[in-house]
Amino acid sequence: MLETENLGKTYPTGDEALRDVSVRIGGREVVAMIGPSGAGKSTFVRCINRLVEPTTGRVRLDDRELTGLGEDELRNARRDVGMVFQEYNLVERLTVMENVLSGRLGYVSNWAALRRDFPPEDVERAYELLELVGLDDMENKRVDELSGGQRQRVGIARAVVQEPKIVLADEPTSSLDPETSRDVMELLTDIAVDRNVPVVINIHEVDLAERYADRILGLHDGELVFDGPAADLTEESKGVIYRGEEPPEATTRIGTSEPTDAEATGRRAEPEPLSAED
Amino acid sequence: MATGSGTSTDRRTWRRPTAFRNRYTKWAVYGAVLALVVWSVASLRITPGRFLSGLGYGYDLIDSMLPPETGSENVARLVDRMIETIAMAMIATVSGIALSLPVALGAAENLSPRPTYYLSRGIISVSRAIDGLIVAIIAVIALGFGPLAGIVAISFKTIGFFSKLFAEDLEDVDMGGVEAIEATGASRFQRLVYGVVPQVVPRFAGLAVYRWDINIRSSTIVGIVGAGGLGVLLQRSYSRYEYDYVASILMAIIAVVLVAEVVSAVVRRRVQ
Amino acid sequence: MAGTTRDWTRFDTRERLFRIGSVVVAAAVVIGSWEWLDMSLRYVSSAPLQVGDLLGRMYPPDWGYLPNAVGPLAETIQIAVVGTIGAVLMAAPVAYISAENTTPNRATYALGKLIVTVSRSVHTIVWALLFVVMFGPGALAGTVATAVRSIGFLAKLLGEEIEEIDFGQVEGVRATGAGPFKLLVYGIVPQIKPALVGVSVYRWDINVRAATILGFVGAGGIGVQLFEAIDSFAWRTVSALLFAILAVVLVSEGISAYARRKVR
Repeated sequence: MLETENLGKTYPTGDEALRDVSVRIGGREVVAMIGPSGAGKSTFVRCINRLVEPTTGRVRLDDRELTGLGEDELRNARRDVGMVFQEYNLVERLTVMENVLSGRLGYVSNWAALRRDFPPEDVERAYELLELVGLDDMENKRVDELSGGQRQRVGIARAVVQEPKIVLADEPTSSLDPETSRDVMELLTDIAVDRNVPVVINIHEVDLAERYADRILGLHDGELVFDGPAADLTEESKGVIYRGEEPPEATTRIGTSEPTDAEATGRRAEPEPLSAED
Repeated sequence: MATGSGTSTDRRTWRRPTAFRNRYTKWAVYGAVLALVVWSVASLRITPGRFLSGLGYGYDLIDSMLPPETGSENVARLVDRMIETIAMAMIATVSGIALSLPVALGAAENLSPRPTYYLSRGIISVSRAIDGLIVAIIAVIALGFGPLAGIVAISFKTIGFFSKLFAEDLEDVDMGGVEAIEATGASRFQRLVYGVVPQVVPRFAGLAVYRWDINIRSSTIVGIVGAGGLGVLLQRSYSRYEYDYVASILMAIIAVVLVAEVVSAVVRRRVQ
Repeated sequence: MAGTTRDWTRFDTRERLFRIGSVVVAAAVVIGSWEWLDMSLRYVSSAPLQVGDLLGRMYPPDWGYLPNAVGPLAETIQIAVVGTIGAVLMAAPVAYISAENTTPNRATYALGKLIVTVSRSVHTIVWALLFVVMFGPGALAGTVATAVRSIGFLAKLLGEEIEEIDFGQVEGVRATGAGPFKLLVYGIVPQIKPALVGVSVYRWDINVRAATILGFVGAGGIGVQLFEAIDSFAWRTVSALLFAILAVVLVSEGISAYARRKVR
């Protein structure tokens, strides 16, 4: 269970990127965070594992408060948060396997890390994940030989091999073509169900969000202006998120911040109309 | 979907693929490099004791260098030699480039016949491989002390550098234009002047200035073997243990080199 | 239409004036240099003859001397090897502080640039002069001179490489919970490794060439034999040694080029 409380970030330049965001995310729900560019989506996920240091508020993962942890404890805490990036952020000159295994870096000694000497169970898990993401027999290829879609699969494998308590994905589809984007979204939603972890996805393609997410968070100008099941996302609420229009009372449920039914039923919102929105 | 995973439930292992042909080659290469280093350190007789006592003398050396010599007579001699240094570099750049042109033409694969090509490449290799100071010593013996020996040595080194890089530019020349001129019935010389020259003039100017910059550096030190310039003063004051004057000369050398570097960078930016 | 043409023409004229001006200035400086050096034309025109005469006395090379040169040639390569390794070790921190994105503050940045400049501006032979005073004659002084001379070159090129680092890759590793050492090994080293190996091997090859002259100031290497031969006018020995130096330099150049091609 991830919980943020009045999370805020003001950059040294004076930009207030995030203001008072309070949410609870748990179970195995897929949460899509949407909003115009510059709304603070990326800042929000980076504040969770403190790649960006939040200026106000608190972040709690299960029973541990991440904000205020010291260096060493923070590193331990980061092991529980898997992260997938827009530009993949893989080490380009290392092999696929080294990149996947780097997800286990937090668990091995410096000496073992230097020699790439990971425990056999980590290696086995890495192989299984490579099969899961469809990269069988690619383990010894260098990442700079891969296509964008293949790189993002490596990125997902690296995040999942951590056995995280939550997976954060920062615009995982923005650098990919539409078909590969759908594959990646499917992979992320499958992981939520199979591994029983919540997945938070920043995304600017609303149709992908509506199709794959159980729950939608809408950010506008650093503020949470929508929080509800994907089915409740109406044209009006999109207007609120993207154009900052006044919220019509009924549709938004800010502040309730409860995990959606998906947690209870274990089913994500039906992605049925496969062809309709393509 | 999973290849091989169904056949056995054993844990798979993974080892980082090596950049060498196989693991044995890798260890052989590492072992050879390590052996080379150990052998080198041993036979150079580099020991921590010698190293540390040297550092102690280093303190004395720096102490005797400070403050640098600033007597007006010595400064006047310094300025004199600075001008000589720059003058040597100027002349050597011009003569070196003049000598480089035929070599560069010969070393351009697309413009020269095979025997000329190999001859020119040979000249370039020799000029690049032999250090400038060795050339300077031989020039001093052949021509006597003074700037002429320095100019000859620096010109010789210029040939290897300039011809090699300029030949590469000549090889990049667009031969379409050259052919078009050949089709008008132009001679070999005319083809050069009308087809090749206009294409390479900017690169030529840039390279010339770049080499001038390097020649200034060489010109500051060839005097150590008696070939003129600041190095003459350096060698003289060094052998008389006038370390404070050595310090002034070193600062003059650094100043000349830095100014040349800045001038060269500014001009090259302007030429592009 | 006419106006734009005239404008363009004026610019062309100014550009042409600039070019003519720079050629005139350069020519004046060259002529002035010639005057300053005060060399008589007869003396200069006899130079090719003198050099030719000397080359004549070098023929045929005294190949029989070469077995004596094996040891000193090996020492020359050893000086280059140890000097380069020492230089890489010292250049790494200098590169770190002279790269804009990793340097701790303005003062360290300035210090890094100062070290780079001084190391690069002073020739190996001058460094050797100073280190012979400190360490006494011999290969140790030559090795230290080689190392100190190389620091600037290596630190400059490695610093530029560090400035090009993609911090996204580092962030990706950081997000997994890796500490500083693991960040270095997984996030930074793979990005600069090809440059590190390439630049070091390249510098080693330059250093082999530079180490051939250290002997002139008594700092070891083949130069000791070469300058003894020159002092005793043993010209046929000199030419044999020059061929040996040529061979060693060309071989190390080949090795260096091969290694740099292999690493990417």
